[in-house]
Order: sequence, then C-alpha cells, then structure tokens
Amino acid sequence: MHLPCNPLLLAIAAPLAVALAIALGLPKRWSVRLAYAGFAAPLLLALDVWWHFNAAPKADGYAYLARYSTGLDGLGIGLVLGVNGIALPLFVLAGIVGFAAGLYALQSAAERLKLYLMLLLVMQAGLMGIFASVDVFFLYFFHELALIPTFIMVGIWGGRDRNYAAMTMTIYLTVGAMLSLLGLIALYVKSGAHSFDLIALRSTLAAQPLGAVAQKHLFGLLLFGFGILVSLWPLHSWAPLGYGAAPSSAAMLHAGVLKKFGLYALIQVALPLLPAGAAPWGHALAVLAGFGNVLIIGLITIAQRDLKQMVGYSSVMHMGYAFLGLACGSALGVGGVVLLMVGHGLSVSLLFLLATSVHQRTRTFAMDEMGGLGRPAPVLAAFFVAATFASIGLPGFANFWGELTIFIALWSFSPWFTVLAVSGVVISAVYGLRAAARVFFGPPSEAFVLVTAQHPPADLSWGERAPALVLLAALLFIGLWPRSIARPLDGALPTSAAVAAAAPAADAAVRL
Amino acid sequence: MTLSLLQQLAAGNAWGSIRPELALGCLALALLVLDLVLPKRAPGAVAGVCLVGQLAVLADLLRHFYSAWLGQDTFNGLLRVTLAGQAMRVFLLLSSILVVLLARVTLARRTVPRIEFYHIILVVTAALMLLVQSNHFVMLFLALETVTVGFYILVSYFRSSTPSLEAGLKYLILGALSSALLLFGIALLYGVAGNPLLPGHAADAMRYGELAGFLAANPHNFLASVGIVLVLAGVAFKIGAFPFQIWIPDVYQGAPTPVTAFLAVASKGAGFAVLLGLTLRAFPAYGWLVTPVLTAMAMATILFGNFAALTQHNVKRLIGLSGVSHAGFLLLGVAAAPAAPLAVGAVYFYLLAYLLASFTVFGVMAHLAGPEDSDQELEHYAGLAKENPFLGGLLAVGLGSLAGIPPLAGFLGKFFVFVAAYQAGLRGPLLVAIAGVVVSIYYYFGWIKAAYFESWKANPGEDAAPPRTPVAPLLGIVLGVLALSTVVLGFYPGPLGHWLQW
Repeated sequence: MHLPCNPLLLAIAAPLAVALAIALGLPKRWSVRLAYAGFAAPLLLALDVWWHFNAAPKADGYAYLARYSTGLDGLGIGLVLGVNGIALPLFVLAGIVGFAAGLYALQSAAERLKLYLMLLLVMQAGLMGIFASVDVFFLYFFHELALIPTFIMVGIWGGRDRNYAAMTMTIYLTVGAMLSLLGLIALYVKSGAHSFDLIALRSTLAAQPLGAVAQKHLFGLLLFGFGILVSLWPLHSWAPLGYGAAPSSAAMLHAGVLKKFGLYALIQVALPLLPAGAAPWGHALAVLAGFGNVLIIGLITIAQRDLKQMVGYSSVMHMGYAFLGLACGSALGVGGVVLLMVGHGLSVSLLFLLATSVHQRTRTFAMDEMGGLGRPAPVLAAFFVAATFASIGLPGFANFWGELTIFIALWSFSPWFTVLAVSGVVISAVYGLRAAARVFFGPPSEAFVLVTAQHPPADLSWGERAPALVLLAALLFIGLWPRSIARPLDGALPTSAAVAAAAPAADAAVRL
Repeated sequence: MTLSLLQQLAAGNAWGSIRPELALGCLALALLVLDLVLPKRAPGAVAGVCLVGQLAVLADLLRHFYSAWLGQDTFNGLLRVTLAGQAMRVFLLLSSILVVLLARVTLARRTVPRIEFYHIILVVTAALMLLVQSNHFVMLFLALETVTVGFYILVSYFRSSTPSLEAGLKYLILGALSSALLLFGIALLYGVAGNPLLPGHAADAMRYGELAGFLAANPHNFLASVGIVLVLAGVAFKIGAFPFQIWIPDVYQGAPTPVTAFLAVASKGAGFAVLLGLTLRAFPAYGWLVTPVLTAMAMATILFGNFAALTQHNVKRLIGLSGVSHAGFLLLGVAAAPAAPLAVGAVYFYLLAYLLASFTVFGVMAHLAGPEDSDQELEHYAGLAKENPFLGGLLAVGLGSLAGIPPLAGFLGKFFVFVAAYQAGLRGPLLVAIAGVVVSIYYYFGWIKAAYFESWKANPGEDAAPPRTPVAPLLGIVLGVLALSTVVLGFYPGPLGHWLQW
C-alpha cells in the first residue's frame, strides 16, 4: 500500500475528521456509517505500518519520520511524527483496541449516540497521536486530548456514582498530568536543547548529560507524575472507581491503552534522557509496586464482589508488574514492560467488554447474584475464560511473554521481589478463576433465576462477538508469535553501556 | 514661553498615530447626536451604527498595523508606538465590539437608555487604547482615570437593580482608593527623581525612559522603592491581584453581564500591558524589588482566586474569582519577563486566549440570564447541553480553555507562562501555579457538569425551566467563530506563534 501522505498523520487525522463531521450535524445514520470508517482507518494504517516497519527506512531509529510546523518552531515545538520499536507495538495496540471499542460502542444502544461516538473518535485520535509523537510536547498534548473525553464519558454515560467517579478521576489525573508537565518543562529548560523534539533532546543530553542529582530529582518528578496516571500504589484509588463507573468502550480505551501512556513516557522519555536518574529510585519503586500494587491490591482484588470493580482492581495490580520491570533498570526488564503493556491492554479491554455483556444479561455486576450463565451463553463463557487465562498470564497468550521477561529480569535485580511477583500470579489465578466460576458455572443464584425468568439471556450477538474476536485473535497471535513485536523492540531498547549486555537476553527470552 | 518652544512641542504631535482613538471619540459624539435624529422605534439602530463604526476603525487599525511611527515616541514622549501596543489596541477594540454585541442581548431585557451605554463603551475603549501606549505617568493617570470613571457609570448602569447599584458604589470607593495610591506613588517617584541633589536626576521625571535612567543611577533609593510599590499597588487594584481583589466578586456579580465581560477582559488586559511596560521600561533597575513583589502577588493571587472560587454558586462571582486566578497566572508571566525573553509573548498569547474563551463563556451567560442580571446560578445551567447543544458546546469550549485543557488555546497560554517562569527560575511559584490549575479543574468541571450531566428538575411552585433567550444569528456566528478560534489556536497557533517572536 502506498499512501499519498504520512500514514501516522492519517491515522490521527481520520478519526478527528469523522468526529468533526459528526459535530457539524451529520444525520445519525451517516454518522454511524462514517464512524465505522473512523475506527477502522487507524487499525488498518497501524497494521500497514507494522507490516512495513522492518523494511522501512529509519532515521535515528524512527520509521515514517515526518515534521510539520505548527508555528511554534521558535520554541522548539513541532508536530514530529514517527514510530520506533518501542512505539510500534503500542501504536498497533491503540489501533486494535480502538477498533474493538468502536465496534462495541456502535452496537450498544447508548443514549446520545452521536456525542458518544464523537468523543470516542477524539479519544482514538489522541491515542494514535500519543504513540506516533516524537515531540514531547505533542506526546503530552495528545495524552490530554484522549483524556478529556474519558471524563465526559464517565460523567454522562457512567453507571453508579458517576459524578463522584468522574470528579475523582479528573482531579487525580490532572495532578499526575500537571506534575509530569512540570517535569517535561524542567527537562526542556535544563537540557538547553531549546527543543521538545525527543531526537534533539537525546543527542543534546548524550553529549552533555545532566548532573546526577538533577537527574535523580527530575526522574522522581516524572516517575510520580506519570505514576499517578498508571495508578501506582498508593495513588491508584481513582482507577477502580473510574473504571467501575465508566461506560464499557471508554473503560476499554482508557484501561487498555491510555493508561499505558505513563509507562510509555517513562520508557521513551525519562529512561533514555535521564539514564542515571532511574537507579536511585529502583528500590523505592520496587517496594511500592511489589508490596503495594501486586500484593495489597491483589488481595483487595480477591475480596471484590463487583465484577467490573474486580477487573478495575486487577488492572491496577498488573501495572505493578510493569513498574517492577522498570525498577530492574535493565533492557530486559524494559522490554518485558512493553510486551506486558500490549498483552495487558488487549486482555483488560476484552475483560471490560465481556463484563458489560455479562451485565446486560444479568442486570447486575454483583457476582453473588449470578451463576450458571455458562449454560444459556456458552460462547460468552468461553471468551471470558480465555480472557481470564490471558490476564493470569498462561502461555499461549500475549501476557505470558511480558510477565516471563519481567520475572527473568527481576531475578538479577532481587530474587525476593521475583518470589513476590510470582506469588502475584497465584493471586490473579485465584480471583480470575473464582470470578469465572461464580458467573458462569455452578447453580444460578436466586436473584439470577428471577432475572432470567423476566429476560431470558441470549448468547453473545455478532455485534459483541466481532470486537471480542478481534481482541482475542490479537492476544493469541502475539502469544504464539511474540517475535512479531519483539524484533522491532530489540533495536530500540535503551542501550547504555551497562544494559547493553542484557539486551540480547530480551530476544532470547521471547524466542524460547 | 516663546512661540518657537510651542512650535517645537507641537512638532511631536503625530495626530495620525492616534487616528483610531480620535475616530472612536467622534463616533461616541455622533451617537449622542443620533439620539436626537433617529426615530424612537428603532432600538437596534444605535448598536448597529456603533458596530459598523467600530468595525471600520478596526479595519483601519489592521491596515496600518505596522504603523509609520513604530518604535517612536509621539506627543513629546506621552505615547510610544510599539508592536505590543498595536496588538493591544486590536485586542481592546475587539473586546469592545464583542461587548456591544453582548449588550444587545442584555440591555433588551430592561428599560434603560441605550445610547449612553454605547457612548461610554466607546469613550472607555479609546481611553484604554491610549493607556496601553502610554509612556509617561501623566498619560497613564489621565487615561486610567477616564477608564475608571466610565466604569463607575457602566457598573451601576441598571439603576433599578440593587446589586448593580451596590456594585457601582463599591467600585467607586475602591477605585478612588486605588487611584489615590497610584497618584501618591507617582508623586513620590516624581519628587525623588526630580531632586537635583541626587545623581542622574531627570528633567521630565514622569517619562518612563528618564525615570529608568534615574533609577539606574540610584539603585537602592528608599523613597523611589516606596513609590514603585505604591504604583504597582495601584495597578494591582485594576487587575484584581491579591490583596486588592476584594471588590471583584461583588462588582462582577452586580454589573450588567457585558460590563462584567468588559471589566474582566479589556480592563484587565490593559492593566497587564501597563504592568509589562512599567516593569520593562520604567523600573528595570529595580528588578530586585519588582520581581519579588510581583512573584509574591502572583502566588497569593493564584491561591486566593482558585480557593475562593471553589465554593461559589453564582456564576458571575465564579467567573470573577476565576478571573482573579488568571490574573495570578499572568502576573507570574510578568514577574518572569525581565529574566525570560519568552515571557512577554507568553503574556500576550495568554491574554488573547483569555479574550476568546471569556467572551465565549460570557456570551452563553448573557443568553441564560433572567430578568435580574445578577441572579445567575449554577443550577440554571442544568440540562443546557441537551436543550441547546450549541450553547452547551460553546460553554464547554470556553470553560475548557479557561481551565487550560489541551487542545484549547488556554492550555498553550498556561504552558508558555510555565516555561517562561521555569526559565526565569521561579520554581516555587510554578508549583503553586500547578496546584492552582488542579484546584481550578474542580470548579470549571463543576460548571460543565451542571450543564452536561444534570437535567433540570423543577421544584414545586417554580417554572418548568429557567428563562433562556434564543441566540440571534449574528451573535451565534460570532460566538461560534470565537469557540472555533480557541480550538484552532490550540492545535495550530501558526503565524501567531511566529509573530510573538520568542
């Protein structure tokens, strides 16, 4: 496929253009049709970029590099687009999850559907923009572009406690975003590069690195700013609350893709620019993530009785693995984080989708009031069990490679944390399988019998199956052939002298 | 005084350079004549004539934007034509046009004289335009007083409304106090700079350039320091900076909505242009004093504005207090200006974004107000987005930009100010500013929440829904263009980015 303009720009512009057309008063029938195109275009372009990535000419590791001026060149800000090996898997993830969430939204009979689709399309454009931006200013800019629709969607279409959830989420995430913005401004001014372009920042800081103390402080600022956005314990409480209230497509896009922004920015910006800043925080981060996210949140997740809250908590818990991978400070760990981000993004959005489908059939999220749904809806049950296996990290699914790589990297950091992290797998098996058993198997609860008497539950419709299939196929594809994303990744991992020795191991681990 | 001296003085009078102000003055007088000529049955005609005149002046100003007098002192140093001054003239004229458009909505609800309102608006606009070009304390004070006296009348224009009268009285008393402070400061500076016993004493100590020369020769003079602080206090009153912000909520609530908008945007914008001029041209040698004073003021203003706005339910008070916090962010930019070259451009960009967003919000407010203009509560916004998606969309864009949310222009304004503040080494104040942004999200979001998430519930014994004025086509287009500019400017500042010359 040969495109007249940059595929990355097109992937951002297409959903925005559709959103604009809907905003300008397109009739509902045409809005829906055009929205299919708006959600499909980023996915097709992302797959195209993925397919051609290895052969594409690269500058500084970035393929499809293009610069557009927005009038702020004097300040060193420009729309610089490009994908490197770290951005590529996430760019593809954003395309896949965006398409699935869009399909699911289109078949849902949401009130004020046009506004809903419009906000989802804006969010989708922002997500594609995040992973295609080489300019740090636009990285932040696109993140906010995707974040604002989430708040509005939670507020309008949210479920229980939506006002409280929307407000909590907004304030937490604004704090995180503002702290990280402060960190980015500090990085810009202190580096003396007079540019927000990541390539220029990298070369300037490689020539004249900042002092060790400055690096430590800046990294800390970015770590906690971005950490709030990724629900680092104990600043996580917005996540289960917000996801519990969010409409399904918004939860899929936020938990699946947008939340990865914080980790992505840490890997793409903070680690290479502040190489000496990460090590001093390693142990503090490992303690917060290991004991907080994995152990404490894992135990809290087991105690959940609400299906959607449980999925929300489980996503907070899995972010603990990602932070543990970052804490290792090795290329192997960072590579594992990228793999885990992709796997987790796919599996958690599939779980949110299925949780909503369960809710439509049982009219409740309380797991005590379900049971035996597997008999009338076997396909739904099969999908749910598969998604649960993926989320636990069983081999064959994408999550497995991410978790395995992180555990291997963690062993050389500290064997004790490896033990802690592996015990987390047991925890997630306990809550995941228990939830599957309570919802789908065993005798139906009394409340569920009453509901089924009034509304006999049907199996998954094709409108629901299509997005679920897309996500499951991606999970299996990457699970069975991890090299498809690991190979581009290898070329882009931070290769400072200390970690260069570990880099080939990342490839070795995923080639097992 | 000989004839030749007078001739020499008159040679500096570049009347052509103040053609827009002269034209506005003539237009204001013509409106008064029009009152006698026009038939009483055509209430819209006055506003129409006023608008056409203002647009003509704006077109002329834009055509001669790069004026022949650029960079020169005119009228023997009373005025100075600068690019920033030209930009502020466009800014002020633009806001007066928008105020006239809003006034057509608000004035229609009450039986009040029309002509005088537009007359005073035009006079105040001309004075504001002279104010931003002033290069001399006499000019500064004269223009400022003309503006303030005009506002005394405008604020209490709804004579039969108690809140409006109360607001007028408060503005009068506190305005007079601030003028007194300013004048005392000017007098001190004049006295000390004209003292022939001190080195570098000035012949015309009221002129910024000569005063700056004197201050550079006497970098730690006590009287001059007191004078500078008093002058800053006088200006701080006009922009509503802490601790001189007490008048803001009451006056903003009581004044008719278009006047509130005029105060919030034009008066504040001009205040910042003056403050930048004073900081950079008159007091550069006293940076050791001016920067800490402005920085402290900025921090206190941001904190006060945002925390006080948290508990407000009346949207006019809310926007007044949020305006106080905006003054704080702008002050941070001014405080950074001597050390960071980016800051001046940042302040002007912030002001432009503030104008676009504020008038969008005031436009929505003007349509939602009932017969009593001061009574505009958050509850009245319930269900707005469903009932009138256009006004709902305008409100979301305007408030989003005021809150500084990307991709809207307000974000870029804040971002530039933050970068400038960091460059100037003002890191503590920057942390305060960031805390302020987080707090502000709560009340802006609360307002959007009222419009989008809640639906109108009629209490027993009340009307089914609050009164809402339908949007006139012209005003609808103008407000739409404002909102669109906010969005486009946030994505693509384009030539404006180049023009601001970082």
